[in-house]
Amino acid sequence: MKANCWMGRNTVEVREVPDPKILNSRDAIVRITSTAICGSDLHLYDGYVPTMKKGDILGHEFMGEVVDVGPAVSNLRIGDRVVVPFPIACGNCTACDHDMYSLCENSNPNAGLAEKFMGHSPAGIFGYSHMLGGYPGGQAEYARVPFADVGPIKIENGLPDEKVLFLSDILPTGWMGAEMCDITPGDVIAVWGAGPVGQFAIASAYLMGAERVIAIDRFPYRLRIAERVGAETLNYEEVDVQDALLDITAGRGPDACIDAVGMEAHYGNPAVYAYDRTKQAARVETDRPYALREAIMACRNGGTVSVIGVYAGFLEKFPMGSLMNRSLTLKSGQCHVQRYLKPLLQRIKNGDIDPSFVITHRLPLQDAPRGYDLFKNKTDDCNKVILSA
Amino acid sequence: MSERHDAMSDRMARTLGWASLALGAAQLAAPRAVARISGVDDSPAARATIPLVGLRELLHAVALLGGQPAMGLWTRLAGDSADLTSLAGAMSGRTGWRRRRVVAVAGAVIAITAVDAYAAMRIRRSREQGHGKAEQWARGVMGLHAAITVKRPRPEVYRFWHDFENFPRFMVHVKSVRTSEDLSHWKVRGPMGKTVEWDAETVEDHRDELIAWCSAKSSFVPNGGSVHFTDAPGGRGTEVRVNLRYHVPGGKAGSVIARLLGEHPEQQVRDDLRRFKQVMETGEVVRSEGRSEGTRALRQALERRAQPVA
Repeated sequence: MKANCWMGRNTVEVREVPDPKILNSRDAIVRITSTAICGSDLHLYDGYVPTMKKGDILGHEFMGEVVDVGPAVSNLRIGDRVVVPFPIACGNCTACDHDMYSLCENSNPNAGLAEKFMGHSPAGIFGYSHMLGGYPGGQAEYARVPFADVGPIKIENGLPDEKVLFLSDILPTGWMGAEMCDITPGDVIAVWGAGPVGQFAIASAYLMGAERVIAIDRFPYRLRIAERVGAETLNYEEVDVQDALLDITAGRGPDACIDAVGMEAHYGNPAVYAYDRTKQAARVETDRPYALREAIMACRNGGTVSVIGVYAGFLEKFPMGSLMNRSLTLKSGQCHVQRYLKPLLQRIKNGDIDPSFVITHRLPLQDAPRGYDLFKNKTDDCNKVILSA
Repeated sequence: MSERHDAMSDRMARTLGWASLALGAAQLAAPRAVARISGVDDSPAARATIPLVGLRELLHAVALLGGQPAMGLWTRLAGDSADLTSLAGAMSGRTGWRRRRVVAVAGAVIAITAVDAYAAMRIRRSREQGHGKAEQWARGVMGLHAAITVKRPRPEVYRFWHDFENFPRFMVHVKSVRTSEDLSHWKVRGPMGKTVEWDAETVEDHRDELIAWCSAKSSFVPNGGSVHFTDAPGGRGTEVRVNLRYHVPGGKAGSVIARLLGEHPEQQVRDDLRRFKQVMETGEVVRSEGRSEGTRALRQALERRAQPVA
């Protein structure tokens, strides 16, 4: 089959690789119909996530048709249409039992490696480094899906791929980002990063009853999409974000702040940006946390900072004093996708949300390298790339 | 070997470290005063030597206070003997109050030497009695400990472990175990593809609580182990704690060679326990395409790329 492989920093190639086979009795093989490039794939592309190997198949947002199932999978049949959640979860351990699927205790065969980096290991993830399991990803014609009796959600015919594909990651991730804010009537929510995850977080915050949502980014085309889902926008290259947020909230600060940026943030001040960029290049710090620093400083006293942007390792100048003295709550996590599949599919069916609004580019799998290039360099107003096999 | 004994040795070493620091600082800051007190202020050579001795004392202090007490004590002893030699020389050429002072200082140094020697012996003895992994290694005994929580009832976890023939399902080094009554025959993959075999005997077996085993005396790799089962609090399942110990052929050298060949015993035990949990909770060992089979420490180099296997 054809698959999009990581071949080193800033290089991906569509290559011919062997077809996947059932390895465990709870596996299914899925023929992929649609897959997407995620902002977090760019962290791999840029070479900031450790334990990648040349030849690793990328991709963790995918859906398709079941073509084979292991002997222990009784809920799926060949021919079923499914969306696959990006965290791999067994459904048996204590974490899964508590709906914390991205913390599954059994799905990372390389847990020992992850423990060295993070103390304890999270769940395995498709196509996301060897530290997180060494699983081939879904930017391919076929994928093996472990614990297929737990993760994938069946989709009836009639709903097009474009409406349901993002159940795999970015829609529930944006939703969880807003959910962690515990929104109550009158709340003002600020969202750093108006990419697809930020856009879904904005839409979710309104669905949960937020009064105003402020989107912060530097790309006008992203801010325009954020406006379409109802956000007020701030371009941090044009305005001072802290001043603007103080004005919007009359000095209170946003009730909750969502970091939908993560480890490769940019910053308005070139000197400060150069300082952290250099340290990151030298691997003195792995993550550039401008968005997070700013979100903490901006948040109102007693408010919540919700982190859904991906961080990999260590960062510097973390404003712990602000967090502690002002009774802020910091919440975070890789999305527990399995928890949200059914309710969000229902909302899509109801017409509460049509996630396809984020898509700007539709390419064949063969053109994955061009998709990465467009998405990374934000050329051609590239907001979200989907690939079809 | 009590913890108190060890703490006492450490405290002595620290006290001596502070003494070195104070003496060294005095010798560097006020060499003339030190020379006068010691009765050697008439010798230019002595006055020149005193700051150097002070520098040496500071080095002892660094070792003693910086976590290398054994080294600091032995260098102090070496320093003591050097000091006594030079004091003997100073005594022979002097009379009157100067000679009396040299004798007094020499007496003090002899007393200090005795204290240093006692502390050094004490630290050494406490190490020999098995404190510190490095010392255990030197004698070729490896002790390993690992623990995991399994979300299954204690009797079920105990029963699965009690059947040693299940071990190859989650211990990747174990090829097979055949059991008959209290005896078992183990075949285990050793370094460089060698198979090691031995007979073991179950020496303790408390239902749902504890299993302990020990290899027969004739084994090439004498080893033993125990596993304890306790209820995790709040219905979280069963806590499994494993202790293993074995003699590595060739002592420390053997251990180092095994490591170079890619064996990392602590990691192996943890990974085996993780696979045990997978089998108990999900029914089988969870596999990924990138994860090479086996538990080599050089796993990163040996790990396959994340692609389906042909």
